[in-house]
Amino acid sequence: MVTHGAPDGAPVPKVEFRGLTVRYGDAAALRDVSLDCRPNEILGIIGPAGAGKSTLLKTLNRTLELTPGARLDGRVLLDGRDVCKVGDPSAVRRRIGMVAPLPVGLPMSIYDNVAFAPRMAGVRGKAELDGRVERCLTQAALWDEVKDRLRDLGTKLSGGQQQRLTIARALSHDPEVLCLDEFSIAVDPVTTMRIEDALKALKERMAILLVTNLVQQARRLADRTAFLLSGELVEVGETQQVFGRTPKDRRTFQYVHGMFG
Amino acid sequence: MTNPPGASGRLAKRAVLRARLGRAQELVIEAVIRLCGVSAVVFVFAIFFFVLREALPLLFGGLDLGQFFGSMEWYPDSLSNRRYGALALILGTLAVTGLAMVFAIPLGLGAAIPISEFSRGRTKEALKIVVELLAAIPSVVWGFIGLMILNPVIIDLFDAPIGLTVLNGAILLALMSVPIMVSIGEDALKAVPDTYREAAEAMGATRWQVVRRVLLPAARNGLLAAVLLGVGRAVGETMAVLMATGHAVTIPTGPLDSVRTITATIAAELGETARGSDHYRVLFVLGTLLFAITFVVNLTADLVIRGFRRR
Repeated sequence: MVTHGAPDGAPVPKVEFRGLTVRYGDAAALRDVSLDCRPNEILGIIGPAGAGKSTLLKTLNRTLELTPGARLDGRVLLDGRDVCKVGDPSAVRRRIGMVAPLPVGLPMSIYDNVAFAPRMAGVRGKAELDGRVERCLTQAALWDEVKDRLRDLGTKLSGGQQQRLTIARALSHDPEVLCLDEFSIAVDPVTTMRIEDALKALKERMAILLVTNLVQQARRLADRTAFLLSGELVEVGETQQVFGRTPKDRRTFQYVHGMFG
Repeated sequence: MTNPPGASGRLAKRAVLRARLGRAQELVIEAVIRLCGVSAVVFVFAIFFFVLREALPLLFGGLDLGQFFGSMEWYPDSLSNRRYGALALILGTLAVTGLAMVFAIPLGLGAAIPISEFSRGRTKEALKIVVELLAAIPSVVWGFIGLMILNPVIIDLFDAPIGLTVLNGAILLALMSVPIMVSIGEDALKAVPDTYREAAEAMGATRWQVVRRVLLPAARNGLLAAVLLGVGRAVGETMAVLMATGHAVTIPTGPLDSVRTITATIAAELGETARGSDHYRVLFVLGTLLFAITFVVNLTADLVIRGFRRR
């Protein structure tokens, strides 16, 4: 059995959720969840609708605060520091890249979409912006398709291209953690594969939290996988074990093998 | 059919009947909606037609257009030296409207942003109600305020001989067009999808950066429409400027000059003219001109918006 966070040589976690409970009004979306994500690993988070997967990501970049009536107990640590105790939420958000389920191309050119965050951070030089835009679009496997029309509106791209644009944008401020919330909902299978390949390469540079409805996607990509059910963490472990014959919990076995509900 | 007409036959007949009724209903509704759409266009053309009809005999029979646009001598009643020079009226209208927009655009859009983006719940509702109350004040009351309150204030402040000036009218027009700009501007900002706000905030943009870099560009067309509706309101306003700008046919050289606008001239003089006389008709020429100004403003807006879209 694999235990994580052990002192003997195990890496210090990049992200830690400690006893996290989130309520929307009276309804609890997460109950006492403790989980961590190490540097340079992809942590897959699976579970049926309403399991609290998206909520978990929102606590990390503090966009949960934008939802009226949401209450958070417990702690969310980034490099050991409680993100809720940072005075300026945008300071936390600048360290985290977030990709939403449906692509949101901002109503500006492809170039400006990717240059948005660097510009806000004060990057002004054209050469540096150009370089960053090219690098992020390349990392998101979109550069070759748009390099000749960077001035076109980002909203005019196809759904799959827009999602890759969103990923390029999430990478544009050099995040330490990349959160993907069911990124492949609106993306065709070929593009999904290309993005998955890109993620494997990106893992070398950052920690990745991958929320997905496709259990096979977690199996292909994740180093470790967490299974959430109705707001509770059922189990977390090495992906091979979670998807193998002997996960710790019977419900995990049923879910990953499609015998659920 | 060999089957005797039974209960099922009657049911089928009824269903056919109901389907026919439904189709008829659909046609009627469609016709009514189409009529509403067409009538809007018809009414605008009809108004233009009737104004133009009264103006045409003079426009093509005796009106010296060079004098009309080039002279400031407006002596419509003179027996010996009758002149219809509208230059001062045109410039008066432009001066009052222009100065009003200088005040109104920052005020109007400046109010729309905090109401839409930086206030919530009850505060938001309260602010909106207060702004909309401004729109409910009749223009004659605004004129009264200009006459009785702003007039002495302007005399005191600027040591002017009279307070019924371009400045006075512009302040009133600004306050009158602000509610429209706020309402339409707030609608335009509200129409920007929340996903844009969330995406921008998730990238670490502060609230103000979201407004400046995402919302204002996204709502650009709507905000422009808000400004132009404000301009339309200001150009067409009559009673307040009639009471507050001094009613003097002069070409304004500064904000403390008295002027007379096109609208004020029509309102003040139309009742005293003989129907069909040259004076009567020249007022309709002014009306046509007013119509043309509004048309050009709207057309410009349309072209500007299209230009934005193409980019």
